[in-house]
Amino acid sequence: MELFANQVLAGIATGAIYACMALAVVMIYQAIDHLNFAQGEMAMFSTFMSWQMMQWGVPYWGAFILTVILSFAGGILIERLLFKPLAKAPVLTNVAGFIALFAIVNSVAGLIWDFTIKQYPTPFGSSPFLGSQLISTHQAGMVGVTLLLLAGLYFFFQFTRIGLAMRAAASLPESARLVGINTSWMIALGWGMASAIGAIAGMLIAPVVFLEPNMMGGVLIYGFASAVLGGLSSPLGAVIGGFLVGVFENLAGTYIPGVGNELKLPIALALIITVLVVKPAGLFGRPIVKRV
Amino acid sequence: MTTMLNVKDLRAYYGQVQALHGLSFSLSEGSLTTLLGANGAGKTTTLRAICNMVRSTGAVEFEGKPIGNRSTENVVRLGIAHVPQGRGTFTNMTVEENLQLGAITRGDKKNIVADIERMYDHFPVLKQRYTQQAGTLSGGEQQMLAVARALMLRPRLMLLDEPSFGLAPLVVRDLFRILGKINREDKVTILVVEQNAQLALELADQAYVIETGRIVMSGNAKDVANNEDVRKSYLGY
Repeated sequence: MELFANQVLAGIATGAIYACMALAVVMIYQAIDHLNFAQGEMAMFSTFMSWQMMQWGVPYWGAFILTVILSFAGGILIERLLFKPLAKAPVLTNVAGFIALFAIVNSVAGLIWDFTIKQYPTPFGSSPFLGSQLISTHQAGMVGVTLLLLAGLYFFFQFTRIGLAMRAAASLPESARLVGINTSWMIALGWGMASAIGAIAGMLIAPVVFLEPNMMGGVLIYGFASAVLGGLSSPLGAVIGGFLVGVFENLAGTYIPGVGNELKLPIALALIITVLVVKPAGLFGRPIVKRV
Repeated sequence: MTTMLNVKDLRAYYGQVQALHGLSFSLSEGSLTTLLGANGAGKTTTLRAICNMVRSTGAVEFEGKPIGNRSTENVVRLGIAHVPQGRGTFTNMTVEENLQLGAITRGDKKNIVADIERMYDHFPVLKQRYTQQAGTLSGGEQQMLAVARALMLRPRLMLLDEPSFGLAPLVVRDLFRILGKINREDKVTILVVEQNAQLALELADQAYVIETGRIVMSGNAKDVANNEDVRKSYLGY
């Protein structure tokens, strides 16, 4: 029983990573109706920027905030330059764009900062959290930041006019234009926010997985799995999905013979497929009620 | 009376297909005008061309200013509310959120709450359902919501695309009564596209008849209603 409790706890700790990434995935999906395959690489690049600032002597929180702001602006810039011209293009063209962005960002990061693994600091420390060996203060801090981010997003979308406008632009672009919303800028804003959230995720993940250009590869797949499990239309679902995937992955690794550490990734992929077959809207995706 | 909207030689295209062949008409301020025509005559396209939602050429002037080069959202921001065919309801949002979206471009936040209350006065049924997802409303209620949402803009001009479509006759009567009231009391100029010619002609003061992308008749609504061709083709007697 103790083993079970411990594994759940450890699962929640890893789940926080996935939850953070899933939030960024959901954000962009809401804005543009596509999964951004370069999301992880953008987050990695942001993390490197913050690392560079710290190398230059900027204190952690200063670098953190600057990076979030720069990533927000960078996300908007990427949308304006690369994806706005593709707005009316078929899905596959967009997918090709995402993959190109993935490759470019990855290589540029490698070019600037090379591929050696780097230590990345944590603001929360890495001592055991409340005396538990399984969850560190950093991981507890991550859970906290993720929940804070979620609360902030909820407030933004439910109680601000611009949040309402963004939701409207995402659900029915034509109607949104007819109430005077500039849908094109709403999409750019979505990119900016997703990029900023990704940056936060990257900076929180880096102390755990270490900083290098390929650090987000595995994480992004788990992030997708979490977002799909929770429902691509629901930020809350994405976070809960993240924790569930973390816990599930750990329990499967412990209790299903033969899974172990090596087969954890296929479990994430199997989860994506199972959810898509059984409940495509995800656990918390809002089924849209329609009257015909 | 001053002219609110002046449309000259409007031509619209869907890909290679031309849907409007040089349409010209004008709306005077405070008028309630109806645009009649059969299926495929170009009624919807006319409204969409005014808001720049289709590729079009020609001159469209709103209160003396050309608006042909503006994006749809910038046309709307001038005070032109468009209730599209199919109502354009944000089905996964609440009734109240739909109303707030109607006023999303307005800077006078204080008046918005009062305006929402006014909409509930116009359409009491919306008040009962204000926290409900708009998609669960009946067709008639959704049409009420669409009109209310458009009014939240405090428009100078309102374009309505077949508001009677799919509604029960009693609901249509009710809706048209409210449209007349809005036109008279709030001084909103209205252009309504209709297939229900009889009701539209009762309500309107001006009427245009459109056939295959051209205006074929125009004038006072009563005169148009008494015209023999219109009676035979659109009123059925």
